[in-house]
Amino acid sequence: MADEKRIDPATGTQIKHHEWDGIQELDTPLPRWWLWTFYATILFAIGYTIAYPAWPMIDRATGGMLGWSSRGALDKELAARERQIAPIRKAIADTPITALPGHPELMQQAIEGGRAAFRVHCVQCHGSGAAGSKGYPNLNDDDWLWGGDLATIEKTITDGIRNPNHDATRQSLMPAFGKDQLLTAAQVDDVVAHVRTISGQDRPSAASRRGDKVFADNCAVCHGPAGKGNRELGAPNLTDAIWLYGGDAGTIHETVWNSRHGVMPRWDDKLDKATIRMLATYVHSLGGGEASPPAAVATGR
Amino acid sequence: MEQLVWKTGGWFALATLAFLAALAAADFGFAVHMGIVCAAALAVAVLTMRHADYEAITRGLLKMPASQDKYDDDPIRWGVIATVFWGLAGFLAGLYIALQLAFPALNLGIEYTSFGRLRPLHTSAVIFAFGGNALIATSFYVVQRTCRARLAFPALARFVFWGYQLFIVLAATGYLLGITEGREYAEPEWYVDLWLTIVWVAYLVVFGGTILRRSEPHIYVANWFYLSFILTIAMLHIVNNLSMPVSWLGSKSYSAFAGVQDALTQWWYGHNAVGFFLTAGFLAMMYYFVPKQAERPVYSYRLSIIHFWSLIFLYIWAGPHHLHYTALPDWAQTLGMVFSVMLWMPSWGGMINGLMTLNGAWDRIRTDPIIRMMVMALAFYGMSTFEGPMMSVKAVNSLSHYTDWTIGHVHSGALGWNGLITFACLYYLTPRLWKRERLYSLRLVNWHFWLATVGIVLYAASMWVAGIMQGLMWREYGSDGYLVYAFSEVVSAMFPMYLIRAAGGLMYLSGAIIMAWNIGRTIAGSPLREEKPMNDAAYDAAADRPLVNQPA
Repeated sequence: MADEKRIDPATGTQIKHHEWDGIQELDTPLPRWWLWTFYATILFAIGYTIAYPAWPMIDRATGGMLGWSSRGALDKELAARERQIAPIRKAIADTPITALPGHPELMQQAIEGGRAAFRVHCVQCHGSGAAGSKGYPNLNDDDWLWGGDLATIEKTITDGIRNPNHDATRQSLMPAFGKDQLLTAAQVDDVVAHVRTISGQDRPSAASRRGDKVFADNCAVCHGPAGKGNRELGAPNLTDAIWLYGGDAGTIHETVWNSRHGVMPRWDDKLDKATIRMLATYVHSLGGGEASPPAAVATGR
Repeated sequence: MEQLVWKTGGWFALATLAFLAALAAADFGFAVHMGIVCAAALAVAVLTMRHADYEAITRGLLKMPASQDKYDDDPIRWGVIATVFWGLAGFLAGLYIALQLAFPALNLGIEYTSFGRLRPLHTSAVIFAFGGNALIATSFYVVQRTCRARLAFPALARFVFWGYQLFIVLAATGYLLGITEGREYAEPEWYVDLWLTIVWVAYLVVFGGTILRRSEPHIYVANWFYLSFILTIAMLHIVNNLSMPVSWLGSKSYSAFAGVQDALTQWWYGHNAVGFFLTAGFLAMMYYFVPKQAERPVYSYRLSIIHFWSLIFLYIWAGPHHLHYTALPDWAQTLGMVFSVMLWMPSWGGMINGLMTLNGAWDRIRTDPIIRMMVMALAFYGMSTFEGPMMSVKAVNSLSHYTDWTIGHVHSGALGWNGLITFACLYYLTPRLWKRERLYSLRLVNWHFWLATVGIVLYAASMWVAGIMQGLMWREYGSDGYLVYAFSEVVSAMFPMYLIRAAGGLMYLSGAIIMAWNIGRTIAGSPLREEKPMNDAAYDAAADRPLVNQPA
C-alpha cells in the first residue's frame, strides 16, 4: 500500500498515506497566492522595522531610518497647533472681556474656543446643549442668578460659586428654615403658598395671604419684597417660570425646609485666563447674554 | 473499604479546611468562595461515602449509553451538556449588558448587577465556560479517535471536567462579589488561579498521556493544535497571574509586575488567549469535525504543517498591538504591529484548509445545515483574521482603538467563528455520543444557522458603524482648530447602534435556545421531528471503536 499512488477522484490530487479515524489528507501544494502574500507581508515587516524604531539592542532599540518617534510626532503636532493658536490666545488674554465685542473677529475666535472648552469642562453639569438640569442652571435663557454680562460671567467662572476655601468665590447661604426651626411647619407651608402665588401658578388663598407676612419677614431681605431676586446675592427671581430645582409645591417646600447650596468649582486653578475668557464669551453668546454696563466698557472692566 | 475511608476522610478534611478558611476570611468575598469550595468538597465526600455507582445514576438521568467497551465518552457527554448550558448563560449575560449600555437604568442601582461586574461575567462565561468546555470535550473526543486509544487517566479526566466547572463557578461568583485582579480575561484572583493551574496541568496529563498511548504512527494535525493550545495557555496563565496575596485568607493580591511591564504582560496574555484559546484550539476542532462532516480528505497536508508552525511562531509576539500609542516603547509597538501583519496568511491557512476540504462536496452547503454552519464559521474566521492584522496597523489603530469597532471585531470572531464552529461540533457529537440515529431535527439546525448568522451581521455591522463613527467624532476638528464634539454627544450618537447590537444579540441567543431544545430532544431520545428531509453525514457506529491489540 505504501508504494502505490492513490488519487482522489474528485480533485485529481494525490492522497497522503496516512489516515486517522477515516480522515485522510491530500498532498495539495501550498497555494501560490497564499505563499507570495505571506512573503510580501514578511518583506513589508522587514522594511517597516528598518524605517521605524524596532529591534531592541543592548541599551536601546534601533531608532529607524525615518527618525520617527510617537513622542516626537506628538510634539510636532502640538507645536504646530501652538504656533497657530498662541497669538490668538495672547490677544484674547490681553484684551479686557468688555472690550472684546469691539473686535468682532477676535470675539468670534474666543466664542469658538469657548465652545470647545465647554464641551470638555462644563457639559458634565450643564449638559452638552448647555440646557442644564435640576440644580444646574440652563445657560441658554436670559435668567441669571449672578448676572449675565460678559464680565460677570467671567468672574463666576473664574472663582466659582460656594467653592470651599476660596475667599473670592461667590457666596450666599439661604438658611434651612424648616430643618433649623427658623419657621414652623405651618409657616413654611404658608410661604410656599405665597411663592406659588407670586409665580403665577396658584390663585391667592388663605394660606398664601398668611405667607405674605412670612415672606416679608424672612425672605424679602434677599429675594426682594416682590420676590424678583437679587443678583448681588445670587438670590433667584421667584416670579418667573424658570426654576433651578423645580417650581412645584413639593420641591419649593423642600427648598425652603432644607435650603440648597449648589456649588460650582472655581476654574482659575485649572484653566488659563484666555480659556476662561473664551468660556465666558461662549456662554454669553448662547442667547441670554446681557450688555455690559456702560461704566464697565469705559474702564475696561 | 480502607481506600474508601481514606478518600472520604480526605474530602471531609478539605471541606473542614475550606470551612475554617471561610470563618477566618479577611473579606466577605473570600468567605463566600471558601463556602462554595466547602460545599463542593462535602458533596464529593458524601457521594464517595455512599459509594453509590453515581456514574450509572447520571448515565440514567442524562440518558447516556454505557460505554465501557469503546471510547471513554462520559466526560465528553457531560461536556456537551455543560457547553450548551454555559453558552446560554453567557449569551444571556451578553444580551443584558448590551441592553445596559443602551438603557443604563438596567444596572438596577446595585453593585452586583452593574455593568462593571456583569461584563467579565459575560466574557468569561462565553470564552472560558462555553468555549473552554467545548475545547475540553472535543479534545477528549478527537484525541481518542485520532489516536485510537482510550483516555489515559479516566479518573483524572473526570477531575478535569468537574474541577473546571468549579473554576467557572468561583470565577463567576467572584465577579458578582467584586473580586477581580482587574486584568481583562484574567480577572479571577490568586487562589482561583492556583486551582485552575492544577486543573490545567491535569488536563495536559490526560491529553498528553492519551497521545503517548496512541496506536497510530503519526499525530493528527488537530492534536498538534490542541496540544499547542493546552501548553501555551498553561504558560500564559501562570506568567500573567504571578502575584502576591495580601493575606492568605483574603481574596486580594497584587501583580508581580508594575506599570508598562504589567500592561505588556497582560496583553501578551490577552492576545495569546485569543491566539491559542480561540484560534488554535478551535482550529483543532475544525481539523477533525469539518473533514468528518464533509466526508472529504483534508485539502493540504503541507499547508497544515506550514500554517501551524508559522501561526504559533508569529502569534506569540503580536500582543503589543493592544498598546499602540501608550507608554509602551515605540519599538515594542512596531514589533507588535509587524508580527500581526505577518500573521495574516498563517491565520488564513486554516480557513483555506477548512473551506477547500469541501472540494468535491460543495453541494453539501445546500443540503447539510451543519456543513453550512461550518462554512459560515470559516468565513467569519477568515474575515476576523484579516480585520485583526488590519486593525493592528498603527494608522488604522489610531482610529479604531478604544472604540466599539474593537467590540465588533471581537464578536465577528467570537460569535461567527468560535460560536458557529462549536454549534456545528455539538450537532455532530450529540447523536453519536448518545447513539441516536441522527439529530432530533435538522430543520431546527437550519433555523439556528439563519438566526445566528443574521444576528452576527446585525451585531458586527452596527459595531463597525458605531466604532468608526465614534473614532471620527472624537478626532473631528472644526475649521478654527477646536474639537467639534463633546464626549457625551458621541455617546448619545451611539444609541441607535446599541439597539441594533442588542437585537443581533437577541437573535443569536434565540438560535442557541433552539439548539438547546434540539440537543435536549436528541439526548432524551425523542422520536425524530416530522419534517421535510435534509441531509447529514453518514454515521457508522461499528467503525467508531479503537483498534485494540494492534501494534503501533
